Amino acid sequence: MIAELRGVTKTYGKVAALADLTLALEAGRVTAILGPNGAGKTTAIRLLLGLTQPTKGTVALFGADPRSPAVRRRTGVMLQIAKVPDTLTVREHVHLFCSYYPSPMTVEAALAAADLTAVAGRRYGHLSGGQQQRVQFALAICGNPDLLFLDEPTVGLDVESRRGFWQQVRQLASAGRTIVLTTHYLEEADALADRVVMLSAGSMVADGAPHEIKARVAWRRIRCVTALTAAAIGAIDGVVSVRRDGSATEIATADAEGVARQLLTRDPQLSGLEVAGARLEEAFLSLTSSQAGRQTQDSRPMADVGGPR
Amino acid sequence: MSAPTVVTVGTAAWSPGRTYALEAKYEFLKLLRMPGYAIPSIAFPAMFYLLFGVMFGRGTVGGVTMPTYLIATYGAFGVIGASLFGFGVGVAVERGQGWLTLKRASPMPPLAFFVAKLVMCAIFATAVVFVLSVLGVAFGNVRMPSAVWLRLGATLVFGAIPFCALGLGLGYLVGPNAAPPIVNLIYLPMSFLSGLWIPFEILPAAVKAIAPFLPAFHLGQLALGAIGAGAGAPAWSHVTALGGFTLLGLGLALWGYRRDE
Repeated sequence: MIAELRGVTKTYGKVAALADLTLALEAGRVTAILGPNGAGKTTAIRLLLGLTQPTKGTVALFGADPRSPAVRRRTGVMLQIAKVPDTLTVREHVHLFCSYYPSPMTVEAALAAADLTAVAGRRYGHLSGGQQQRVQFALAICGNPDLLFLDEPTVGLDVESRRGFWQQVRQLASAGRTIVLTTHYLEEADALADRVVMLSAGSMVADGAPHEIKARVAWRRIRCVTALTAAAIGAIDGVVSVRRDGSATEIATADAEGVARQLLTRDPQLSGLEVAGARLEEAFLSLTSSQAGRQTQDSRPMADVGGPR
Repeated sequence: MSAPTVVTVGTAAWSPGRTYALEAKYEFLKLLRMPGYAIPSIAFPAMFYLLFGVMFGRGTVGGVTMPTYLIATYGAFGVIGASLFGFGVGVAVERGQGWLTLKRASPMPPLAFFVAKLVMCAIFATAVVFVLSVLGVAFGNVRMPSAVWLRLGATLVFGAIPFCALGLGLGYLVGPNAAPPIVNLIYLPMSFLSGLWIPFEILPAAVKAIAPFLPAFHLGQLALGAIGAGAGAPAWSHVTALGGFTLLGLGLALWGYRRDE
Protein backbone atom coordinates (compact mmCIF):
# COMPACT_ATOMS: atom_id res chain seq x y z
CA MET A 1 0.00 0.00 0.00
CA ILE A 2 1.55 3.29 -1.06
CA ALA A 3 -0.87 5.61 0.66
CA GLU A 4 -3.47 4.99 3.28
CA LEU A 5 -6.13 6.89 5.18
CA ARG A 6 -7.53 4.72 7.93
CA GLY A 7 -10.69 5.74 9.76
CA VAL A 8 -9.87 9.38 9.22
CA THR A 9 -12.12 12.10 10.52
CA LYS A 10 -11.16 15.73 10.11
CA THR A 11 -13.22 18.47 11.66
CA TYR A 12 -12.77 22.21 11.34
CA GLY A 13 -14.52 23.70 14.33
CA LYS A 14 -17.84 21.86 14.29
CA VAL A 15 -17.81 21.09 10.58
CA ALA A 16 -16.70 17.61 9.62
CA ALA A 17 -14.77 17.84 6.34
CA LEU A 18 -14.17 14.10 6.34
CA ALA A 19 -16.09 11.51 8.36
CA ASP A 20 -14.44 8.17 9.07
CA LEU A 21 -12.84 7.78 5.65
CA THR A 22 -10.77 4.71 4.86
CA LEU A 23 -8.92 4.69 1.58
CA ALA A 24 -5.90 2.71 0.44
CA LEU A 25 -4.02 3.46 -2.76
CA GLU A 26 -2.04 0.75 -4.48
CA ALA A 27 1.20 1.28 -6.32
CA GLY A 28 1.23 1.96 -10.04
CA ARG A 29 -2.35 3.09 -10.44
CA VAL A 30 -4.01 6.35 -11.35
CA THR A 31 -6.69 7.20 -8.83
CA ALA A 32 -9.06 10.09 -9.34
CA ILE A 33 -10.75 11.63 -6.33
CA LEU A 34 -13.98 13.27 -7.38
CA GLY A 35 -16.61 15.20 -5.57
CA PRO A 36 -18.53 18.46 -5.52
CA ASN A 37 -17.03 21.47 -3.73
CA GLY A 38 -16.97 20.81 -0.02
CA ALA A 39 -16.97 17.03 -0.47
CA GLY A 40 -13.60 16.71 1.26
CA LYS A 41 -11.26 16.22 -1.74
CA THR A 42 -8.89 18.98 -0.73
CA THR A 43 -8.91 17.87 2.89
CA ALA A 44 -8.07 14.32 1.83
CA ILE A 45 -5.14 15.56 -0.26
CA ARG A 46 -3.89 17.86 2.51
CA LEU A 47 -3.99 14.95 4.96
CA LEU A 48 -2.13 12.65 2.59
CA LEU A 49 0.52 15.34 2.12
CA GLY A 50 0.90 15.87 5.85
CA LEU A 51 -0.13 19.51 5.52
CA THR A 52 -2.84 19.01 8.08
CA GLN A 53 -3.36 16.41 10.79
CA PRO A 54 -6.42 14.17 11.20
CA THR A 55 -8.76 14.78 14.13
CA LYS A 56 -9.14 11.00 14.37
CA GLY A 57 -7.59 8.06 12.52
CA THR A 58 -4.21 7.59 10.87
CA VAL A 59 -2.56 8.62 7.63
CA ALA A 60 0.43 6.81 6.15
CA LEU A 61 2.48 7.23 2.98
CA PHE A 62 4.92 4.45 2.14
CA GLY A 63 4.02 3.11 5.57
CA ALA A 64 5.33 6.19 7.37
CA ASP A 65 4.27 9.64 8.55
CA PRO A 66 3.61 11.76 5.45
CA ARG A 67 5.63 14.58 7.03
CA SER A 68 8.84 12.58 7.22
CA PRO A 69 11.56 13.84 4.86
CA ALA A 70 12.17 10.36 3.42
CA VAL A 71 8.52 10.16 2.37
CA ARG A 72 8.51 13.63 0.86
CA ARG A 73 11.56 12.80 -1.24
CA ARG A 74 9.47 10.12 -2.97
CA THR A 75 6.51 12.43 -3.55
CA GLY A 76 5.78 15.11 -6.15
CA VAL A 77 3.00 17.64 -5.71
CA MET A 78 1.02 19.99 -7.90
CA LEU A 79 -1.37 22.16 -5.90
CA GLN A 80 -4.01 24.28 -7.50
CA ILE A 81 -3.70 27.05 -4.94
CA ALA A 82 0.00 27.74 -5.36
CA LYS A 83 1.20 30.99 -6.89
CA VAL A 84 4.82 30.60 -7.84
CA PRO A 85 7.15 33.61 -7.27
CA ASP A 86 7.18 35.79 -10.38
CA THR A 87 10.78 36.96 -10.53
CA LEU A 88 12.61 33.66 -11.01
CA THR A 89 12.88 32.02 -14.40
CA VAL A 90 11.35 28.69 -15.32
CA ARG A 91 14.79 27.04 -15.33
CA GLU A 92 15.70 28.49 -11.93
CA HIS A 93 12.51 27.20 -10.34
CA VAL A 94 13.03 23.73 -11.77
CA HIS A 95 16.73 23.76 -10.82
CA LEU A 96 15.87 24.50 -7.18
CA PHE A 97 13.18 21.83 -6.95
CA CYS A 98 15.48 19.24 -8.53
CA SER A 99 17.92 19.89 -5.68
CA TYR A 100 15.30 18.74 -3.15
CA TYR A 101 15.36 15.17 -4.47
CA PRO A 102 18.01 12.46 -4.18
CA SER A 103 17.77 11.25 -7.80
CA PRO A 104 16.01 13.86 -9.86
CA MET A 105 15.64 14.26 -13.59
CA THR A 106 18.13 16.60 -15.17
CA VAL A 107 16.82 20.14 -15.37
CA GLU A 108 16.68 19.95 -19.16
CA ALA A 109 14.79 16.65 -19.09
CA ALA A 110 12.22 18.05 -16.67
CA LEU A 111 11.80 21.15 -18.83
CA ALA A 112 11.34 19.00 -21.92
CA ALA A 113 8.87 16.67 -20.19
CA ALA A 114 6.67 19.64 -19.30
CA ASP A 115 7.13 21.19 -22.76
CA LEU A 116 8.89 24.25 -21.33
CA THR A 117 12.23 24.19 -23.14
CA ALA A 118 11.29 27.15 -25.33
CA VAL A 119 10.42 29.39 -22.37
CA ALA A 120 13.04 28.09 -19.89
CA GLY A 121 14.76 31.48 -19.62
CA ARG A 122 11.58 33.45 -19.08
CA ARG A 123 10.43 34.67 -15.68
CA TYR A 124 7.40 32.94 -14.22
CA GLY A 125 5.46 36.22 -14.08
CA HIS A 126 5.81 36.67 -17.83
CA LEU A 127 4.28 33.30 -18.75
CA SER A 128 0.77 32.58 -19.98
CA GLY A 129 -1.63 30.76 -17.66
CA GLY A 130 -1.10 27.46 -19.45
CA GLN A 131 2.67 27.79 -19.29
CA GLN A 132 2.50 28.60 -15.57
CA GLN A 133 0.44 25.47 -15.05
CA ARG A 134 3.11 23.46 -16.88
CA VAL A 135 5.82 24.93 -14.62
CA GLN A 136 3.94 23.62 -11.61
CA PHE A 137 3.69 20.26 -13.33
CA ALA A 138 7.45 20.33 -13.95
CA LEU A 139 8.06 21.07 -10.24
CA ALA A 140 5.90 18.05 -9.37
CA ILE A 141 7.65 15.57 -11.67
CA CYS A 142 11.27 16.83 -11.69
CA GLY A 143 12.26 14.73 -8.67
CA ASN A 144 11.30 11.44 -10.32
CA PRO A 145 8.77 10.80 -7.53
CA ASP A 146 7.17 7.39 -7.04
CA LEU A 147 3.95 9.06 -5.97
CA LEU A 148 2.49 12.08 -7.69
CA PHE A 149 -0.35 14.28 -6.41
CA LEU A 150 -2.12 16.42 -8.97
CA ASP A 151 -4.75 18.73 -7.51
CA GLU A 152 -7.03 20.03 -10.27
CA PRO A 153 -4.15 19.98 -12.75
CA THR A 154 -5.99 21.19 -15.84
CA VAL A 155 -8.21 23.97 -14.50
CA GLY A 156 -8.07 26.85 -16.94
CA LEU A 157 -6.32 24.96 -19.71
CA ASP A 158 -7.74 24.96 -23.22
CA VAL A 159 -8.87 21.73 -24.84
CA GLU A 160 -5.62 21.15 -26.70
CA SER A 161 -3.39 21.74 -23.67
CA ARG A 162 -5.58 19.48 -21.61
CA ARG A 163 -5.22 16.65 -24.12
CA GLY A 164 -1.45 17.18 -24.17
CA PHE A 165 -1.39 17.07 -20.38
CA TRP A 166 -3.36 13.84 -20.34
CA GLN A 167 -0.77 12.36 -22.67
CA GLN A 168 1.99 13.25 -20.21
CA VAL A 169 0.08 11.78 -17.28
CA ARG A 170 -0.51 8.54 -19.22
CA GLN A 171 3.23 8.30 -19.92
CA LEU A 172 4.03 8.70 -16.24
CA ALA A 173 1.43 6.09 -15.39
CA SER A 174 2.82 3.62 -17.90
CA ALA A 175 6.27 4.18 -16.37
CA GLY A 176 4.81 2.75 -13.16
CA ARG A 177 4.19 5.93 -11.16
CA THR A 178 1.36 6.08 -8.69
CA ILE A 179 -0.81 9.09 -9.39
CA VAL A 180 -3.52 10.69 -7.30
CA LEU A 181 -5.62 13.18 -9.15
CA THR A 182 -8.45 15.45 -8.10
CA THR A 183 -10.52 17.03 -10.77
CA HIS A 184 -13.76 18.81 -11.46
CA TYR A 185 -13.72 17.49 -14.98
CA LEU A 186 -15.35 14.11 -14.94
CA GLU A 187 -14.21 13.37 -18.43
CA GLU A 188 -10.65 13.82 -17.21
CA ALA A 189 -11.16 11.15 -14.57
CA ASP A 190 -12.79 8.92 -17.17
CA ALA A 191 -9.86 9.41 -19.55
CA LEU A 192 -7.03 8.92 -17.06
CA ALA A 193 -8.06 6.98 -14.00
CA ASP A 194 -7.92 3.25 -13.32
CA ARG A 195 -9.90 3.91 -10.24
CA VAL A 196 -12.38 6.56 -9.26
CA VAL A 197 -13.17 7.46 -5.66
CA MET A 198 -16.21 9.63 -5.26
CA LEU A 199 -16.63 11.71 -2.15
CA SER A 200 -19.72 13.51 -1.05
CA ALA A 201 -20.15 15.44 2.19
CA GLY A 202 -17.01 13.91 3.66
CA SER A 203 -17.81 10.26 2.94
CA MET A 204 -17.03 7.88 0.13
CA VAL A 205 -20.06 7.21 -2.08
CA ALA A 206 -18.39 5.14 -4.78
CA ASP A 207 -15.09 3.42 -5.43
CA GLY A 208 -14.20 1.46 -8.53
CA ALA A 209 -13.03 1.52 -12.13
CA PRO A 210 -14.84 4.15 -14.24
CA HIS A 211 -16.77 1.49 -16.16
CA GLU A 212 -17.86 -0.21 -12.94
CA ILE A 213 -19.19 3.02 -11.57
CA LYS A 214 -21.03 3.81 -14.76
CA ALA A 215 -22.54 0.32 -14.78
CA ARG A 216 -23.95 0.85 -11.29
CA VAL A 217 -26.11 3.61 -12.55
CA ALA A 218 -29.41 2.87 -14.19
CA TRP A 219 -29.56 6.30 -15.79
CA ARG A 220 -29.25 6.84 -19.47
CA ARG A 221 -28.60 9.82 -21.60
CA ILE A 222 -30.88 11.12 -24.34
CA ARG A 223 -29.44 13.45 -26.93
CA CYS A 224 -31.58 15.29 -29.48
CA VAL A 225 -32.18 18.55 -31.28
CA THR A 226 -35.41 20.11 -30.10
CA ALA A 227 -37.16 23.44 -29.86
CA LEU A 228 -38.47 22.63 -26.37
CA THR A 229 -37.07 24.80 -23.59
CA ALA A 230 -35.02 23.31 -20.78
CA ALA A 231 -37.82 24.15 -18.36
CA ALA A 232 -40.38 22.36 -20.50
CA ILE A 233 -38.18 19.28 -20.70
CA GLY A 234 -37.44 19.43 -16.98
CA ALA A 235 -41.19 19.21 -16.35
CA ILE A 236 -41.42 15.77 -17.99
CA ASP A 237 -41.70 12.93 -15.50
CA GLY A 238 -38.44 11.10 -14.88
CA VAL A 239 -36.04 13.77 -16.19
CA VAL A 240 -33.09 14.23 -13.87
CA SER A 241 -31.10 16.89 -15.64
CA VAL A 242 -31.15 18.91 -18.85
CA ARG A 243 -28.17 20.44 -20.50
CA ARG A 244 -27.57 22.32 -23.74
CA ASP A 245 -24.59 21.20 -25.79
CA GLY A 246 -24.34 23.43 -28.86
CA SER A 247 -27.52 22.97 -30.84
CA ALA A 248 -28.24 19.69 -29.11
CA THR A 249 -29.87 18.99 -25.76
CA GLU A 250 -28.78 16.26 -23.37
CA ILE A 251 -31.17 14.76 -20.90
CA ALA A 252 -30.33 12.34 -18.11
CA THR A 253 -33.06 9.99 -17.00
CA ALA A 254 -33.74 6.56 -15.56
CA ASP A 255 -36.69 6.10 -17.92
CA ALA A 256 -35.24 6.72 -21.38
CA GLU A 257 -38.14 5.17 -23.31
CA GLY A 258 -40.85 7.05 -21.44
CA VAL A 259 -39.08 10.39 -21.70
CA ALA A 260 -38.29 9.88 -25.40
CA ARG A 261 -41.95 9.14 -26.09
CA GLN A 262 -42.98 12.33 -24.29
CA LEU A 263 -40.39 14.38 -26.17
CA LEU A 264 -41.62 13.14 -29.54
CA THR A 265 -45.21 13.89 -28.61
CA ARG A 266 -44.43 17.43 -27.48
CA ASP A 267 -42.07 18.30 -30.31
CA PRO A 268 -42.90 16.52 -33.58
CA GLN A 269 -39.99 18.38 -35.22
CA LEU A 270 -37.47 16.75 -32.86
CA SER A 271 -34.48 15.28 -34.69
CA GLY A 272 -31.15 13.50 -34.13
CA LEU A 273 -32.45 11.33 -31.31
CA GLU A 274 -29.82 9.18 -29.59
CA VAL A 275 -29.98 7.16 -26.40
CA ALA A 276 -26.74 6.11 -24.70
CA GLY A 277 -25.51 4.72 -21.41
CA ALA A 278 -24.59 6.98 -18.55
CA ARG A 279 -21.28 8.79 -18.61
CA LEU A 280 -19.26 9.23 -15.50
CA GLU A 281 -20.95 12.58 -15.17
CA GLU A 282 -24.42 11.09 -14.83
CA ALA A 283 -23.07 8.44 -12.51
CA PHE A 284 -21.54 11.14 -10.39
CA LEU A 285 -24.80 13.06 -10.26
CA SER A 286 -26.82 10.06 -9.35
CA LEU A 287 -24.39 8.95 -6.66
CA THR A 288 -23.94 12.33 -5.03
CA SER A 289 -27.41 13.78 -5.38
CA SER A 290 -28.93 11.32 -2.93
CA GLN A 291 -26.42 12.45 -0.32
CA ALA A 292 -26.00 16.11 -0.90
CA GLY A 293 -29.32 17.02 -2.44
CA ARG A 294 -29.95 18.59 -5.78
CA GLN A 295 -27.63 21.55 -5.33
CA THR A 296 -24.71 19.38 -6.38
CA GLN A 297 -26.27 19.28 -9.77
CA ASP A 298 -26.32 23.02 -10.22
CA SER A 299 -22.94 23.77 -8.71
CA ARG A 300 -21.02 21.14 -10.62
CA PRO A 301 -18.96 22.44 -13.51
CA MET A 302 -19.72 20.89 -16.84
CA ALA A 303 -17.18 18.87 -18.71
CA ASP A 304 -16.24 21.30 -21.45
CA VAL A 305 -14.77 18.80 -23.83
CA GLY A 306 -17.55 16.53 -24.81
CA GLY A 307 -18.85 13.76 -26.96
CA PRO A 308 -19.83 10.26 -26.00
CA ARG A 309 -16.95 7.99 -25.38
CA MET B 1 21.63 33.32 -17.40
CA SER B 2 24.21 30.67 -16.82
CA ALA B 3 23.47 27.15 -17.88
CA PRO B 4 22.21 25.00 -15.02
CA THR B 5 24.39 22.38 -13.48
CA VAL B 6 23.38 19.02 -14.81
CA VAL B 7 22.26 16.99 -11.84
CA THR B 8 23.80 13.58 -11.85
CA VAL B 9 21.57 10.75 -10.84
CA GLY B 10 22.55 8.87 -7.72
CA THR B 11 21.50 8.86 -4.10
CA ALA B 12 25.02 8.85 -2.73
CA ALA B 13 25.92 12.24 -4.19
CA TRP B 14 22.88 13.96 -2.78
CA SER B 15 23.18 16.14 0.28
CA PRO B 16 20.87 18.78 1.66
CA GLY B 17 23.77 21.24 1.80
CA ARG B 18 23.35 22.03 -1.85
CA THR B 19 19.66 22.70 -1.30
CA TYR B 20 20.49 25.27 1.38
CA ALA B 21 22.95 27.03 -0.95
CA LEU B 22 20.54 27.09 -3.90
CA GLU B 23 17.61 28.13 -1.74
CA ALA B 24 19.62 31.11 -0.47
CA LYS B 25 20.88 32.01 -3.94
CA TYR B 26 17.41 32.02 -5.47
CA GLU B 27 15.87 33.81 -2.51
CA PHE B 28 18.41 36.57 -3.05
CA LEU B 29 17.88 36.69 -6.83
CA LYS B 30 14.13 36.70 -6.36
CA LEU B 31 14.26 39.81 -4.16
CA LEU B 32 17.00 41.52 -6.14
CA ARG B 33 14.71 41.40 -9.19
CA MET B 34 11.77 42.76 -7.21
CA PRO B 35 12.09 46.53 -7.61
CA GLY B 36 9.54 47.10 -4.84
CA TYR B 37 11.91 45.50 -2.36
CA ALA B 38 15.46 46.01 -3.52
CA ILE B 39 15.26 49.73 -4.32
CA PRO B 40 13.49 51.06 -1.19
CA SER B 41 15.54 48.79 1.07
CA ILE B 42 18.77 50.49 0.05
CA ALA B 43 17.69 53.82 -1.43
CA PHE B 44 15.46 55.06 1.39
CA PRO B 45 18.04 54.86 4.19
CA ALA B 46 20.66 56.31 1.80
CA MET B 47 18.40 59.17 0.77
CA PHE B 48 17.38 60.00 4.34
CA TYR B 49 20.97 59.86 5.45
CA LEU B 50 22.12 62.20 2.69
CA LEU B 51 19.32 64.63 3.48
CA PHE B 52 19.36 64.66 7.29
CA GLY B 53 22.82 63.36 8.04
CA VAL B 54 24.96 65.04 5.43
CA MET B 55 23.17 68.13 4.09
CA PHE B 56 21.53 69.36 7.29
CA GLY B 57 23.54 67.42 9.85
CA ARG B 58 25.53 70.06 11.75
CA GLY B 59 27.15 70.00 15.16
CA THR B 60 27.87 67.10 17.45
CA VAL B 61 25.69 64.77 19.45
CA GLY B 62 26.69 62.07 21.93
CA GLY B 63 30.30 63.15 21.49
CA VAL B 64 30.50 62.51 17.74
CA THR B 65 29.66 64.59 14.65
CA MET B 66 26.08 64.45 13.43
CA PRO B 67 26.94 62.57 10.19
CA THR B 68 28.81 59.98 12.26
CA TYR B 69 25.98 59.56 14.74
CA LEU B 70 23.38 59.22 12.01
CA ILE B 71 25.33 56.52 10.14
CA ALA B 72 24.64 54.28 13.13
CA THR B 73 20.96 55.15 13.41
CA TYR B 74 20.12 55.19 9.69
CA GLY B 75 22.12 51.98 9.41
CA ALA B 76 19.80 50.49 12.03
CA PHE B 77 16.81 51.96 10.16
CA GLY B 78 17.96 50.29 6.93
CA VAL B 79 18.69 46.92 8.50
CA ILE B 80 15.31 46.89 10.24
CA GLY B 81 13.52 47.74 6.98
CA ALA B 82 15.27 45.03 4.98
CA SER B 83 14.43 42.48 7.71
CA LEU B 84 10.81 43.45 8.38
CA PHE B 85 9.95 43.66 4.69
CA GLY B 86 12.03 40.68 3.61
CA PHE B 87 10.54 38.41 6.24
CA GLY B 88 7.21 40.02 7.11
CA VAL B 89 5.93 40.84 3.66
CA GLY B 90 7.80 37.95 2.03
CA VAL B 91 6.32 35.29 4.30
CA ALA B 92 2.83 36.86 4.32
CA VAL B 93 2.71 36.92 0.52
CA GLU B 94 4.14 33.44 -0.02
CA ARG B 95 1.92 32.03 2.68
CA GLY B 96 -1.19 33.78 1.38
CA GLN B 97 -0.60 32.66 -2.18
CA GLY B 98 -0.08 29.03 -1.31
CA TRP B 99 3.58 28.94 -2.32
CA LEU B 100 4.62 28.16 1.25
CA THR B 101 2.12 25.28 1.26
CA LEU B 102 3.71 23.79 -1.84
CA LYS B 103 7.17 24.23 -0.31
CA ARG B 104 5.99 22.51 2.86
CA ALA B 105 4.62 19.60 0.85
CA SER B 106 7.90 19.35 -1.07
CA PRO B 107 11.00 17.62 0.32
CA MET B 108 12.68 20.99 0.96
CA PRO B 109 14.22 20.92 4.46
CA PRO B 110 11.90 23.38 6.30
CA LEU B 111 14.87 25.14 7.84
CA ALA B 112 16.30 25.89 4.37
CA PHE B 113 13.43 28.26 3.69
CA PHE B 114 14.18 30.33 6.79
CA VAL B 115 17.96 30.15 6.53
CA ALA B 116 17.69 31.39 2.93
CA LYS B 117 15.64 34.37 4.01
CA LEU B 118 18.06 35.07 6.86
CA VAL B 119 21.05 35.00 4.52
CA MET B 120 19.22 37.27 2.09
CA CYS B 121 18.47 39.76 4.92
CA ALA B 122 22.13 39.67 5.98
CA ILE B 123 23.21 40.46 2.42
CA PHE B 124 20.81 43.38 2.11
CA ALA B 125 21.74 44.60 5.60
CA THR B 126 25.42 44.53 4.64
CA ALA B 127 24.67 46.42 1.45
CA VAL B 128 22.75 49.13 3.32
CA VAL B 129 25.54 49.59 5.87
CA PHE B 130 28.15 49.66 3.11
CA VAL B 131 26.29 52.28 1.06
CA LEU B 132 25.75 54.50 4.13
CA SER B 133 29.41 54.19 5.08
CA VAL B 134 30.57 55.20 1.62
CA LEU B 135 28.21 58.21 1.66
CA GLY B 136 29.36 59.19 5.15
CA VAL B 137 33.04 59.03 4.28
CA ALA B 138 32.64 60.75 0.92
CA PHE B 139 30.17 63.52 1.80
CA GLY B 140 29.90 63.67 5.61
CA ASN B 141 33.62 63.65 6.40
CA VAL B 142 33.07 60.68 8.73
CA ARG B 143 36.37 59.31 10.03
CA MET B 144 36.60 56.31 12.38
CA PRO B 145 39.30 53.72 13.12
CA SER B 146 38.74 50.57 11.08
CA ALA B 147 38.09 48.53 14.25
CA VAL B 148 35.16 50.86 15.02
CA TRP B 149 33.82 50.55 11.46
CA LEU B 150 33.93 46.76 11.77
CA ARG B 151 32.26 46.81 15.18
CA LEU B 152 29.47 49.02 13.84
CA GLY B 153 28.98 46.85 10.73
CA ALA B 154 28.87 43.62 12.71
CA THR B 155 26.46 45.08 15.28
CA LEU B 156 24.08 46.21 12.56
CA VAL B 157 24.19 43.01 10.50
CA PHE B 158 23.69 40.76 13.53
CA GLY B 159 21.09 43.22 14.72
CA ALA B 160 18.95 42.10 11.78
CA ILE B 161 18.17 38.81 13.55
CA PRO B 162 15.50 40.04 16.01
CA PHE B 163 13.76 41.95 13.24
CA CYS B 164 13.81 38.91 10.97
CA ALA B 165 12.10 37.02 13.81
CA LEU B 166 9.54 39.80 14.33
CA GLY B 167 8.97 39.97 10.58
CA LEU B 168 8.41 36.22 10.51
CA GLY B 169 5.85 36.53 13.29
CA LEU B 170 4.07 39.32 11.41
CA GLY B 171 4.17 37.25 8.22
CA TYR B 172 2.17 34.54 9.98
CA LEU B 173 -0.31 36.99 11.50
CA VAL B 174 -1.33 39.14 8.55
CA GLY B 175 -2.60 38.45 5.06
CA PRO B 176 -0.66 39.12 1.86
CA ASN B 177 -2.50 42.34 0.98
CA ALA B 178 -2.46 43.82 4.46
CA ALA B 179 1.21 43.04 5.04
CA PRO B 180 2.92 45.98 3.27
CA PRO B 181 0.79 48.74 4.86
CA ILE B 182 0.89 47.09 8.29
CA VAL B 183 4.65 46.67 8.19
CA ASN B 184 5.00 50.33 7.17
CA LEU B 185 2.67 51.40 9.98
CA ILE B 186 4.91 49.65 12.45
CA TYR B 187 8.26 50.37 10.85
CA LEU B 188 8.09 54.12 10.24
CA PRO B 189 6.63 55.37 13.56
CA MET B 190 8.80 52.92 15.48
CA SER B 191 11.92 54.24 13.74
CA PHE B 192 11.07 57.82 14.61
CA LEU B 193 10.11 57.06 18.20
CA SER B 194 13.31 55.06 18.68
CA GLY B 195 15.50 57.98 17.69
CA LEU B 196 16.69 56.54 14.40
CA TRP B 197 15.74 59.62 12.34
CA ILE B 198 16.38 62.39 14.87
CA PRO B 199 18.91 61.74 17.65
CA PHE B 200 17.37 60.30 20.80
CA GLU B 201 19.05 63.05 22.84
CA ILE B 202 16.96 65.80 21.29
CA LEU B 203 13.62 63.96 21.25
CA PRO B 204 10.83 65.17 23.60
CA ALA B 205 10.68 63.55 27.04
CA ALA B 206 7.41 61.74 26.25
CA VAL B 207 9.05 59.96 23.32
CA LYS B 208 12.08 59.12 25.41
CA ALA B 209 9.75 57.36 27.83
CA ILE B 210 8.22 55.19 25.09
CA ALA B 211 11.43 54.31 23.27
CA PRO B 212 12.69 51.54 25.60
CA PHE B 213 9.59 49.50 24.76
CA LEU B 214 10.49 49.45 21.08
CA PRO B 215 12.98 46.96 19.61
CA ALA B 216 14.35 49.55 17.16
CA PHE B 217 15.51 51.72 20.08
CA HIS B 218 17.68 48.90 21.40
CA LEU B 219 19.35 48.21 18.06
CA GLY B 220 19.91 51.95 17.58
CA GLN B 221 21.55 52.18 20.99
CA LEU B 222 23.71 49.11 20.35
CA ALA B 223 24.90 50.63 17.05
CA LEU B 224 25.58 53.96 18.74
CA GLY B 225 27.39 52.12 21.54
CA ALA B 226 29.63 50.55 18.90
CA ILE B 227 30.87 54.03 17.94
CA GLY B 228 30.92 55.33 21.53
CA ALA B 229 27.82 57.51 21.27
CA GLY B 230 25.19 55.53 23.16
CA ALA B 231 22.79 57.11 25.66
CA GLY B 232 24.43 55.28 28.54
CA ALA B 233 22.52 52.06 29.32
CA PRO B 234 24.80 49.00 29.27
CA ALA B 235 24.98 46.96 26.07
CA TRP B 236 23.73 43.78 27.77
CA SER B 237 20.42 45.45 28.59
CA HIS B 238 19.84 46.16 24.90
CA VAL B 239 20.94 42.66 23.90
CA THR B 240 18.56 41.17 26.47
CA ALA B 241 15.68 43.29 25.21
CA LEU B 242 16.39 42.28 21.60
CA GLY B 243 16.60 38.63 22.69
CA GLY B 244 13.14 39.01 24.19
CA PHE B 245 11.74 40.48 20.98
CA THR B 246 13.35 37.62 19.01
CA LEU B 247 11.52 35.08 21.17
CA LEU B 248 8.28 37.03 20.78
CA GLY B 249 8.60 36.96 16.98
CA LEU B 250 9.44 33.25 16.89
CA GLY B 251 6.58 32.49 19.28
CA LEU B 252 4.10 34.30 17.06
CA ALA B 253 5.45 32.49 14.01
CA LEU B 254 5.17 29.11 15.71
CA TRP B 255 1.62 29.87 16.74
CA GLY B 256 0.75 30.92 13.20
CA TYR B 257 2.42 27.85 11.73
CA ARG B 258 0.39 25.58 14.01
CA ARG B 259 -2.76 27.43 13.12
CA ASP B 260 -2.08 26.83 9.41
CA GLU B 261 -1.80 23.10 10.09
